[in-house]
Amino acid sequence: MDYFLELLLGGLTRGSIYALIALGYTMVYGIIQLINFAHGEIYMIGAFTALIVAGVLTLLGWNHVAILVIASLVAVIYSSAYGFTVEKLAYKPLRHAPRLSALISAIGMSLFLQNYVLLAQTSDFLPFPSLIPEFKFLIPYAHIIRSSEVVILVTTTAVMILLTLMIKFTRIGKAMRATAQDRDMAMLVGVDVNRVISVTFIVGSATAAIGGVLIASHIGQINFYIGFIAGIKAFVAAVLGGIGSIPGAVLGSLVLGWTESFFTGYVSSDYEDVFAFLFLVFILIFRPSGILGRSETEKV
Amino acid sequence: MLPSLAEIKKSLLTSIWFMFLTFPVMVIRVNTIYKTVEWRWWNLFFVGIGSFFLSFLWRYLIKRKETGQKKVQSGSAPRKPLLQSALDKPQIFIPALIVLAVFTIAFPFLFSMYQTNIMVNALIYIVIGLGLNIVVGLAGLLDLGYVAFYAVGAYSYALLNYHFGIGFWTALPIGAGLGFLFGILLGFPVLRLRGDYLAIVTLGFGEIIRLILENWNEFSFGPSGIANIPRPGFFGIDFSLHQSIIFIYFMMIGLVIFTIFVVNRLQDSRIGRAWIALREDEIACQAMGIDKTKTKLTAFALGATWAGMGGVVFAAKTTFINPASFTIWESIIILCIVVLGGMGSIVGVITGALTLILLPEYLRAFSEYRTLLFGVILVGMMVFRPGGIISTVRRTYQFEAPGNKNEKR
Repeated sequence: MDYFLELLLGGLTRGSIYALIALGYTMVYGIIQLINFAHGEIYMIGAFTALIVAGVLTLLGWNHVAILVIASLVAVIYSSAYGFTVEKLAYKPLRHAPRLSALISAIGMSLFLQNYVLLAQTSDFLPFPSLIPEFKFLIPYAHIIRSSEVVILVTTTAVMILLTLMIKFTRIGKAMRATAQDRDMAMLVGVDVNRVISVTFIVGSATAAIGGVLIASHIGQINFYIGFIAGIKAFVAAVLGGIGSIPGAVLGSLVLGWTESFFTGYVSSDYEDVFAFLFLVFILIFRPSGILGRSETEKV
Repeated sequence: MLPSLAEIKKSLLTSIWFMFLTFPVMVIRVNTIYKTVEWRWWNLFFVGIGSFFLSFLWRYLIKRKETGQKKVQSGSAPRKPLLQSALDKPQIFIPALIVLAVFTIAFPFLFSMYQTNIMVNALIYIVIGLGLNIVVGLAGLLDLGYVAFYAVGAYSYALLNYHFGIGFWTALPIGAGLGFLFGILLGFPVLRLRGDYLAIVTLGFGEIIRLILENWNEFSFGPSGIANIPRPGFFGIDFSLHQSIIFIYFMMIGLVIFTIFVVNRLQDSRIGRAWIALREDEIACQAMGIDKTKTKLTAFALGATWAGMGGVVFAAKTTFINPASFTIWESIIILCIVVLGGMGSIVGVITGALTLILLPEYLRAFSEYRTLLFGVILVGMMVFRPGGIISTVRRTYQFEAPGNKNEKR
C-alpha cells in the first residue's frame, strides 16, 4: 500500500512539473498554432539561471529560503526574457510563412539554445543545491512523500489558480482568448495581437521556469540536455489533454505522470521513454484532438 | 552609407538587451562541487559588440526580404537565379558536367585516403539527404525520425551478416526493402495526422527505435554494438583497406547517380506532381481526386527506402555500428542538409550535404561550434531564405502567342 501511495504521489509530482511546462506549449499553440520546440530549452535555461544565482548567493552565505526566492525570481525573469526574444527572432518574421518553416525555425532555436548553454557553461551534470527545507511535520511520512514534493504540488496549484484567474478576468487574458479564437477578428476590434503573442510567450516561459527550478531542486542535478526530454514529454501531455486547452494540459500532464510512474514502478524502467512515445502515438491515432480538445474541421 | 542616428540607437538598445540576456549564462560559471565562482567579463563585451553589429545586419536582411516580397507582389517576375540560367545553356552545362565528371573520377587518386573517406561520408549523406528530400522537400512532411530507417538499414545488414553470413550486395536490396516496409508500417498510422503532429510522432518513433536497439541486448547487442561487419566485396576480389575505400567511393558515386536519376524521374512523374500539390494545399488536392494517404505513404516509404540503403552502406563502410550513431541529432543533420540546400531541389541537397559534411571536417578548430551553427543555419535560412541556397525553380508552362514567335520571352 505504501508503495502504491508513493507511486501515486510520485506520479502527481511528475505530472505537476509536466503541467507547468505543458502550459507554455498549449498557450502558444492556442494562439499562433505553432509547436514551440524551443520551449523545453527555456525551461532548461530557467533551471540553469537558478543554479547560477543560487551558487553565487550560497557562496555569499545567504540563508536557504532567501536564496530559493531570489533564485526562482531571477530564473522567472530570465526565462521570460528568453521566451520573448526567441519569439521576436525566430517566429515573428515567419508569422505568415508556411507552418513547416516556423517549425524548422523552432527546432533550430532549440538546437542553438542547447549548445549555447553547453558551450558557455558545461556539458557535465551539475549538482543543484537542495534549497527546499525538510519540513518537520513530514518526517513520519518520509518514505511516502518528500517535502520537495509538497512544495511542488502547492506551487503548481497556486500557479494554476493564478493563471486561470488571469485568463478569465484580466484584460490581457480576454485579449488572449480573443486572439486564440480568431486572430484577424481580434485585430479588427483593436486587440494588439503582437503584444498578446509576446505576453503569451512571457507567461508560458515563466511557468516553465518555475517548473525548472522546482524539478532541479527535487532531483538535485541538471545539465544542458534536460530540456529536450522534458519538453517532449510535456508536449505529449499537452496533446493528450487536447492542445490549445489549458485545463486539458493539466489533466493530460497528470494522466501522463501517473501512467509513467505506475509503469516504471510495476513493469519496467528501461523502457520509460519508449512508453511515453508510444502513448503519444496511440493518442494521436485514436483521439487526435485529445481528452478535452474539440475536434476541428479544416475550413477552406 | 552611414547608418542614421535612430538606427544606431536601435542597435545600441539591442546590444544592451542581449548583454542583459546573456549575463548569467555567459559571464558567471559556478562550480557547485568546489564552491568557486568564475567571472568572465570579457564575454559580456564580446556579446555587446557582436549583437550591436549583427542587429544592423539583421535589419538590413529583413528589409531586403520585405522589398523582395513586394516586387513579387507587384507583378514583376522573379529573376531566375544566375546559376540556374547559366546551367540552362548547353554550351556551359556540358563542359561543366565534363569537368565535374573528370574531377569525380580523379578524386580518390589525387587526394589521400583520409580525404576519400570523408568524401564517402558526404556521399552517403547526399543519398539519404535526397531520400529525405522526397519526404520533406517534395511532399512537405516534416520527418524528424528519419534516422530510424537509416538504423533499420544498418542493423539489417549487420545482423543478417552476423547470423546468416549474408554479403553486402544481397543485403543492399534487403536493407532498402526493409526500409520501405518500415516506412509503410510507421507511416500508416501517423500519416493521417496534421503536419506538426507528424514531426513529433516521427521524432518519437526515431527515439523508440534507438531505445529498443539500446535496451534489447539479445537482439541488437545493446550499446556495445556490432563489430567486424565486412566491407563490400566485388566478385570475390580481396581488397586492401585503401583499395576498398576507393571501391566504396566509386560505388557511392554510382549510387548517387542512380538516386539522382530516380528522384528526378519521380519528381516529374504523376506521383511527384501529386506530392508537390499536396505540399501546397491538401484540401484542394483532395478535391482534385488525389488519394491523400496513399500519396503521403509512398513519399514516406520511398524516403525510407533510401535511408535503408544508406544505412547498409554506412554499416559496411564503418564496419562497426552501435545505437549511438542513430540519435535524433543525426536526423537533424540530415534535415539541415535538406533545408540549407533548398527543399525540393536536387542540386540544392547535394550542395547542402557537401557544405555541411565537408566544411566541419576542414574547420576542425570550430568543431565545438558546429551544432550551435547548425541551429543558426536552420533559423537563419527559414527567416531569410526559406528556399535554401539553391531553390527549386518550379516547372511552369511557357505559353507562346501564335503571332509573335520571334519575340523573346
